[in-house]
Amino acid sequence: MAQASMASVQAVSVPKGGLAHETRAALVVWEREMIRFSRDPARVISSIVQPLLFLFVLGGGLGSLVQAGTGGVDFKTFLFPGVLSMSVLFTAAFAGISMVWDREFGFLREMLVAPVSTTAILTGKCLGGASVATIQSLVVLALAGLVGVPYDPLMILELVVLLFIMSFMITALGLILASRVKQVQSAMPLVQMIITPLMFLSGALFPLSNLPGWLTVVTHINPMTYAVEPVRSAVFDRLAMSPEARAILDPGIWWGSYQVSVLVQVALVVVAALLLLWGAVKLFNRTE
Amino acid sequence: MNVSSGVTPAVEVRGLTKTFKTVEAVKGIDLTVYPGETFGFLGPNGAGKSTTIKILCTLADATSGTARVAGYDVAKERDAVRRSIGLVFQEPTLDGYLTAEQNLRFHGELYGVERISAAARRKEVLDMVGLTERRNDLVNNFSGGMRRRLEIARGLLHSPKVLFLDEPTIGLDPQTRASIWQYLNELHAREEITVFVTTHYMDEAENCDRIAIIDQGKIVALDTPAALKAAIGKDRVQIATADDAAAIAALKSVFGLEAQMVEGLVTFGVPEGAQFVPRLFEKLGVAIRSVAVHRPSLDDVFLAHTGTSLRDAEAMGSKFNPMAAARGGRR
Repeated sequence: MAQASMASVQAVSVPKGGLAHETRAALVVWEREMIRFSRDPARVISSIVQPLLFLFVLGGGLGSLVQAGTGGVDFKTFLFPGVLSMSVLFTAAFAGISMVWDREFGFLREMLVAPVSTTAILTGKCLGGASVATIQSLVVLALAGLVGVPYDPLMILELVVLLFIMSFMITALGLILASRVKQVQSAMPLVQMIITPLMFLSGALFPLSNLPGWLTVVTHINPMTYAVEPVRSAVFDRLAMSPEARAILDPGIWWGSYQVSVLVQVALVVVAALLLLWGAVKLFNRTE
Repeated sequence: MNVSSGVTPAVEVRGLTKTFKTVEAVKGIDLTVYPGETFGFLGPNGAGKSTTIKILCTLADATSGTARVAGYDVAKERDAVRRSIGLVFQEPTLDGYLTAEQNLRFHGELYGVERISAAARRKEVLDMVGLTERRNDLVNNFSGGMRRRLEIARGLLHSPKVLFLDEPTIGLDPQTRASIWQYLNELHAREEITVFVTTHYMDEAENCDRIAIIDQGKIVALDTPAALKAAIGKDRVQIATADDAAAIAALKSVFGLEAQMVEGLVTFGVPEGAQFVPRLFEKLGVAIRSVAVHRPSLDDVFLAHTGTSLRDAEAMGSKFNPMAAARGGRR
């Protein structure tokens, strides 16, 4: 060990790697996302506008039209879980794709030349994206009372956890896109192109009952469906609603005659999230 | 300290090559850098400088050959190498939306710097580059020179054994360049560190203990700046004449000197140039409009070893690379 002979020098030692070091690295990547988020309040507002338009404008506008078919449930109430999911989608996808900007401005290099694994860095990024998206969704969650959803503490806790897992998955998906996209200009259109269909085909905006055959197939292979459905269950469990209305609005997910339980749905989303993260790590290791 | 024996070299490269598809960027490099040296790596753009430094920093794989940094093999002990080196790249790698202090904190956590000493170390490196008062400002509000200083501070944060700087002064004004070199020179007084720096500014290379000149993927000279200049043994004389072709012919026939056009001037080397000038006026037979005599500089060393002045090499490169032209305006 070189003796730090100059009195003024505070030489520091850098310990060998290991899980503790990897965790610190992931946490500081997460912290950076949080710092950047806190510096940019406009981001919260701009990403909340679209979900609110869906909830109040689409929900209000179509409400009278579909009232007959909802078993007396306000269409806005029906839309609420879907809009809640929507509110995290774009934010989380953006958090992932922001790696394209990190590459453009050189910061990706600072991260990737550090003596830590790519897994630690990308995990930190996913945790950051999930945290930011979940915090933003609280704004929508705060409006629950306006559409007849009670402020049940346990429901709110469940929703926060579910939205966090969903956001983690979507951030990982954003990272996969970011590994392939080299140009900043292409990043946002690509997110739109991928995320919009994922949202529309997830049952966020319509019930999964009585769909045309092709739409049934597509919604059932979309991982987002399995992320949105638990959110809807958590909300609908707290509503006073006739069994008939529930059957129409929230028929659950069926694989043939097997009804997929909420726990299995959540487990599927967790597996999908980890697979996407694993894929992103592989892609970043190969291309950067 | 006898640097040549019993000490693990800071950098040790043997038979290093790198081939991109069909292009041989690095054609077999050997070099040894001793602990505590400031080692300069000189060459025009495209000479293989950046490729070599990337291999040394574990950012690229060599096609063949070996390289050890701080005693660790760059291919087999990647993380150990990374813990032992500090990096300052040509391109900025700071987060402009974080403060200077936050950028350093981020780096310290990524490198696993012990928490107990991390804050003191951050303060110290900020002091060293004179940014303590601006530590809570967003990096986006920093000038180019300040950013580069912060990058140097960050490169030193985890007490690396070797600090790699790839063109650390590129795109900076002369005054800022001078101040960056002042920090680098002061470093040795404060830290036990080896500095490995690439540059294509010859005046900056004078700051190095030893320099290697790389041209077309090979090291063509390696020694102290003084020894390299002494080895030239000639002064450089540059003249502007009424008829350059006739002047070159006359230099050959009258004095037996090989002259060539460099930077638009008839240029040749001659021992004791100042004494030669009167004879030149007397016997050349071509009207001379101006004359300049230079003691040998590293530019001449470069010219002697590569057959082209660095500035001309830059100009040639700039036809293909507009960025090089933008950076080329030196002196």
